[in-house]
Amino acid sequence: MKKISLISMFAILLVAGSCKKDSAFLDVPPKQVLPTELAFTDPALVLSILGDLYNRQRDFSSLDGHPLKEYPLAPTDDIVPGWITFADFSESFPSENGSSYIVQRTGWGYDEWYIWDYGYIRDLNLFIQRATAATKLSDGDKTRFIAEARFLRANYYFEMVKRMGGVPLITDPLAYDYSGNVTPLQKPRAKESELYDFVISEAEAVKDQLPNDVNEKSRATKGAALAMEARAALYAGSIAKYGSNTPQVSLPGGEVGIASSLANGYYTKALAAAQAIINGSAGSYQLYKVLPDLADNFAAVFLDKSSVNQEAIFVEDFKVNSGKVHPFTTNNQPFSISDEGLDAGRLNPSLNLVEAFEKLDNTYAPLATKDASGNPIYYTDQLDIFAGRDARLAGTILLPNGSFKGKRTDVWAGYQLADGSILTSGDAGQLKPLPGTTTPVQVTGKDGVINGQEFRTQTGFYIRKYLDPAVGSGRRGRGSDVAFIRYRYAEVLLNAAEAAFELGQVPVAAGYLNQVRSRAGLTTALSPIDVTFDRIVHERRVELAFEGHIFYDMKRWRLATAVWDGVPMSVIDLVSNIGKANKRSTQPYGLWPYKYYNPGNPNNGKWLFKEVLPSPVTGANRFQLGNYYSQIGNDVLSANPKIVKQPNQ
Amino acid sequence: MKIKFHHILLALLIATTGCKKDNYDAPSLKLTGKLVYKGEAIGVEYNQVPYELYQPGFGKTGPISQTFDQNGAYSSLLFKGNYKFTIPPNQGPFLWKEVAPGKRDTVAIALTGDQTMDVEVTPFYMIRNANLTAASSKVNATFNIDKIITDTNAKDIERVSLYINKTQFVSGGDNIAATDLAGSAITSLSNITMSVNIPGISPSQNYVFARVGIKIAGVEDMIFSPLVKLTY
Repeated sequence: MKKISLISMFAILLVAGSCKKDSAFLDVPPKQVLPTELAFTDPALVLSILGDLYNRQRDFSSLDGHPLKEYPLAPTDDIVPGWITFADFSESFPSENGSSYIVQRTGWGYDEWYIWDYGYIRDLNLFIQRATAATKLSDGDKTRFIAEARFLRANYYFEMVKRMGGVPLITDPLAYDYSGNVTPLQKPRAKESELYDFVISEAEAVKDQLPNDVNEKSRATKGAALAMEARAALYAGSIAKYGSNTPQVSLPGGEVGIASSLANGYYTKALAAAQAIINGSAGSYQLYKVLPDLADNFAAVFLDKSSVNQEAIFVEDFKVNSGKVHPFTTNNQPFSISDEGLDAGRLNPSLNLVEAFEKLDNTYAPLATKDASGNPIYYTDQLDIFAGRDARLAGTILLPNGSFKGKRTDVWAGYQLADGSILTSGDAGQLKPLPGTTTPVQVTGKDGVINGQEFRTQTGFYIRKYLDPAVGSGRRGRGSDVAFIRYRYAEVLLNAAEAAFELGQVPVAAGYLNQVRSRAGLTTALSPIDVTFDRIVHERRVELAFEGHIFYDMKRWRLATAVWDGVPMSVIDLVSNIGKANKRSTQPYGLWPYKYYNPGNPNNGKWLFKEVLPSPVTGANRFQLGNYYSQIGNDVLSANPKIVKQPNQ
Repeated sequence: MKIKFHHILLALLIATTGCKKDNYDAPSLKLTGKLVYKGEAIGVEYNQVPYELYQPGFGKTGPISQTFDQNGAYSSLLFKGNYKFTIPPNQGPFLWKEVAPGKRDTVAIALTGDQTMDVEVTPFYMIRNANLTAASSKVNATFNIDKIITDTNAKDIERVSLYINKTQFVSGGDNIAATDLAGSAITSLSNITMSVNIPGISPSQNYVFARVGIKIAGVEDMIFSPLVKLTY
């Protein structure tokens, strides 16, 4: 009996326990997903949402690569490796056979560089809306989070306007009402000038809500907002001014092209924003001047992440063992110093760029390979030919016999024999006897140069900027955590110099230029009379090489069609007109060192150099008017009839 | 179970009946033609001047984009249907009719079989009576230039170039030698002479391809004379 009552009680309990309202049964709070109201209660959670938004920023060049979309011909599956984003425009040569298309094509598709990530814009808009509605965050946190999201949104619109011109300016998260009518969601393109105005006004609006802290580099600060404002205003000013050179690149509605009457207004804003940083109102930013060797010092600007570095303003940071690392050093380290065997040497700076670095007396001259009568000049050390030049040359580029991780690179193309012939081999390990001897010896460098031999330099140069000297940085497993600098103080100075120059304040421009130049060892100051448009163009090219600037600079000055005009280059083209803004640069040349072999001759064992076009280079870059603004995809055009097409397409 | 003959037969039957084409036939109708001005062919640079074909009525709109050959010819393989042919703005060394500023005119094509349609355009200039000869490792050219557009749309000549190449693709981007004549140096548009030295060709060949092109100020694409193969 007792047993029965026990069982029946158990049964009743069981039945009663399962009696729950159906709605309550189905309404289970998710365990993996944080609901919006909950996520916006805790500053740490909000920061993690914001972290994702920071990670989705886009830069033209990036150390850890991009999604594939922008590079239709790239050989990889889903990500364009970081080094390729630095590898175009004849400033470098890609020493990876799968990427030879970069130097074999004769131009770029109209759809190249296309971005249209309104998913990201929507997420930013939602973040701003939700953070604004949050009630449990402290006012200080809330203001900063919203200001950061607005900064990121402005920065992304800036990236879009640089590539696409005017795009739809969406600042609210649009909601679809499921009515079947999508017309209210179809927004037309804003004017190009309106996009720039938006970036400038957003920067002005949020700059004082962001922290004023020099040591905060991977999150938005007042310095970052001002730097973005200065650059955006400068871009808008130059498009307004130089856009008149290409009247075909404009649309009647102003979606592409800015009226030339607006140029001075933009330049004034650019100068004011840059000067706000220069006069210290955003913190004590200054040029990095720490190491006694000026070339090492320049390289260290990109390597030093300590608080000593007050030059970097806003960076994309990486951290070893955190999952966010990049393979830039693995991909580009010198072959013989590689931590990873064959993974090396992809990005080879071109002679075109090397020739642009001027001599210490502020004059331009090609590297002296031949004397006046056409005979080769012999050098005892390979580095001697580069002596007496701008320190940024050796700071940006790893020269032949240059030092990395305590070792020297071994770059040479073969023996130049007395009879004029060349003794070389297909690989450094393939030994050959010199004439008159029988012992086989090494006849080319371990780091190149052999035509078509990938992962070793084919121009004679390796990249030094961002190349990480830390132990193990070249291993695939470890990777490198050198940061990518998006905005830095030297660029702010150059922006100020350009804006001042365009406004006719040439002495002011000269002052800013001289600050940047003296850090590079060019101690003879430029006088105002020396400051020309060509000087400004030149200074940006050498100071900001491989930082993702050359493409946008050449576009906004409307020089791209002149510099990349599709006509193959000769050596004469290469060595003449150095320092001219519209100098042709359609094919990446190399400078190949040879060892002279002529026993008994005083020059025996010395080095001579030859300008060579690497044999994989068969195309010549041709930038067409239709390339100035990337083509808008047909999916976008057919989904939204209010979008007008780009000019020339 | 032993596999018997009728099992194999059954399996084969299933396999073959499962094989049905689930795809459309590839387009087979050929639309061909060339760029002409009053019946005269217009030469352009290979793969640089695009044209677009639209086939309306299928929901999403998007062009079939292709480019003209260097002799101005084009060809497309298409399905039967109605198409609209146009040339995008600021492309080609010629004017294309616009119905309103920025609105490009289209040519309607009802494609029912293979069809040839020459595209009539108005070039800024034409090269006439081009006479190209090779003599003593030189290519000499004599030609006249005809200014076609003389109204407000007229444009000046930026330069005239004589290009030679070892293959049949001859243009500013594809050549082994070229000479330029600046537009400002041209005093008379008739009997213009130019010459270019033939450089050493490796492996050697005893012929080159040559043609003359006009770069018009403010127009990206050049207009070319017919290609000639010169044996020397």
